[in-house]
Amino acid sequence: MSGNTILGLFAKSPIKPLEDHINVVSECCEGLVPFFEAVLEKDWKRAAKRRRDISNLEKEADRMKRDIRLNLHGGIFMPVERSDVLELLTHQDRIANKAKDISGRMLGRKMELPPKLAEMFMAYLARCLDATTKAKEAINELEDLLETGFKGREVDLVKKMVHELDLIEDETDLQQIKIRRKLQKLEKKIDPVDAMFLYYIIEAIGELADQALRVGARLELMIYR
Amino acid sequence: MEILATYGSTLIIIAAVFGFVMAWGIGANDVANAMGTSVGSNAITIKQAIIIAMIFEFAGAYLAGGAVTNTVRKGIIDSGAFTNTPELLVFGMIAALLAAGTWLLIASYNGWPVSTTHSIIGAIIGFAAVGVGTEAVAWGKVSGIIGSWIITPAISGVFAYFIFVSAQKLIFENENPLEAAKRYVPGYMFLAGFMMALVTIKKGLKHIGLEMSSVEGYVWAVSIGLVVAIVGKIIISRLKTDPKADRQMHYTNVEKVFAVLMVITACCMAFAHGSNDVANAIGPLAAVVSVVHNHGEISAKAELAWWILPLGGLGIVAGLAIFGHRVIATIGKGITHLTPSRGFAAELAAATTVVVASGTGLPISTTQTLVGAVLGVGMARGIAALNLGVVRSIVVSWVVTLPAGAALSIVFYYILLAIFN
Repeated sequence: MSGNTILGLFAKSPIKPLEDHINVVSECCEGLVPFFEAVLEKDWKRAAKRRRDISNLEKEADRMKRDIRLNLHGGIFMPVERSDVLELLTHQDRIANKAKDISGRMLGRKMELPPKLAEMFMAYLARCLDATTKAKEAINELEDLLETGFKGREVDLVKKMVHELDLIEDETDLQQIKIRRKLQKLEKKIDPVDAMFLYYIIEAIGELADQALRVGARLELMIYR
Repeated sequence: MEILATYGSTLIIIAAVFGFVMAWGIGANDVANAMGTSVGSNAITIKQAIIIAMIFEFAGAYLAGGAVTNTVRKGIIDSGAFTNTPELLVFGMIAALLAAGTWLLIASYNGWPVSTTHSIIGAIIGFAAVGVGTEAVAWGKVSGIIGSWIITPAISGVFAYFIFVSAQKLIFENENPLEAAKRYVPGYMFLAGFMMALVTIKKGLKHIGLEMSSVEGYVWAVSIGLVVAIVGKIIISRLKTDPKADRQMHYTNVEKVFAVLMVITACCMAFAHGSNDVANAIGPLAAVVSVVHNHGEISAKAELAWWILPLGGLGIVAGLAIFGHRVIATIGKGITHLTPSRGFAAELAAATTVVVASGTGLPISTTQTLVGAVLGVGMARGIAALNLGVVRSIVVSWVVTLPAGAALSIVFYYILLAIFN
């Protein structure tokens, strides 16, 4: 009886699901910390378990992404551009993919982290995860942005957050340079192929922050339309 | 003439029964639209919605429902054409009630959001066209109704847009949105109370025998608005705000303040709905009663029999209490992201439009105003997503309703003729 009443007008909003999606993505990334802790202790069984957690969260994010896409057919009128939502979603999703990829490569090759690198590496990882967390926080402002009609003080707040995200990403770049230098000094003592892969992993972790920055940039574009 | 003398009371009873059924259908169906946004935004529960609707639908019907009745009864068709055959008008009006009621039933069963106002107008046009001839229909009025499909949603949309934008400017962009909400929301309450009171006084109170000058009317309206605002302010100041719920902007608590306002707009909406839509059920009924009581004479200005308005009001309330529960319940779960502030802008705009239109005697549809209002809030970038497919289906149903009501009433008209002649 009520299938078609006025309330049928209200389509499923993409705003909240976008927030839910990045929250899962962020949780997925956070999984890298216990994963690398296990790797440092060379506890491969535990690492495999942690890697499964990451993979499950990534799958969950994928499922949510599909749901959102399916719900955004052409007949939906939204406060933001449809293409912007889809782009933002894609960028968000790539963060989770990257996290899964990193853990997969590490576990697949049972790669060991040189202990001398450990402290620096974990700090670097933590800072990159700060970036994904910041992106999550910014996306979580969407609800409030909607409330203010995408203008005013709320927009300034998001702008500030994206700026902070920018700064964090800069920092991770510097950290990456330092960590590569240190690895270079160590590389003679480790297996060359392993060293190559370690470079890859370091870069991939840096990409988490890059990707988080892209999410922030898309969010800004979305607001300013 | 003899037919009216012989079957007079039978016809009145039939008309009253069909009128009640029609009102019942209005209550059961339309109320989902009128109250749905309040329930959907979780500002009030279903039970509260039903209680509010009962009180204010009835009040609206009784206090401000008179002006529209005239339009439906005399504006659409030229009653002069029936001077020699008053029984045809009686049959026609009964057929119209039955046709509109039936159409409402079919549409509700299939989930089509039809306009009850237009179904009764379509039905009246239908029997008039076959009973007397197409010249009996005031086509100018009909084209006005078709124009209202565009104008009413537009007006209501503009109202909603500005109400929402004003709330944004005053409250959501403020340094401290919660304090701003506490300060400005009573102002909105005043507006709602004032608007409701003004229309009741200016247009409605005549029907219960109260007359007052326009200055008196304004004074009363302002004071009623103030009372509403003060009571609202007291409720807001007692509101428990949750300091943990605020992120940067305290919006969770701001929405709580708006939820109080939402109760008032829900009252307004029910009042506006009652004042406008009760006429759909009682207009034709009043015509039947007046013709029969005057022994076939179709008077220029008929007195509304005392029991007609309460009957319509009761019908709406009964339909609401028995069926409305189900309709609203399904709605409460279906929506995503309709917060009290967004729902409030839509509802206050819709209620204002309906009440103002009710005052001018234009038979507009609550459905139309709500659609317009919801679109307006959407345009202000307040509602997260609107399903334009549903907008299309609603507009189609507006167009279909007139011919559907007409066709049904023609069928019933011939059946009635066959029975009584």
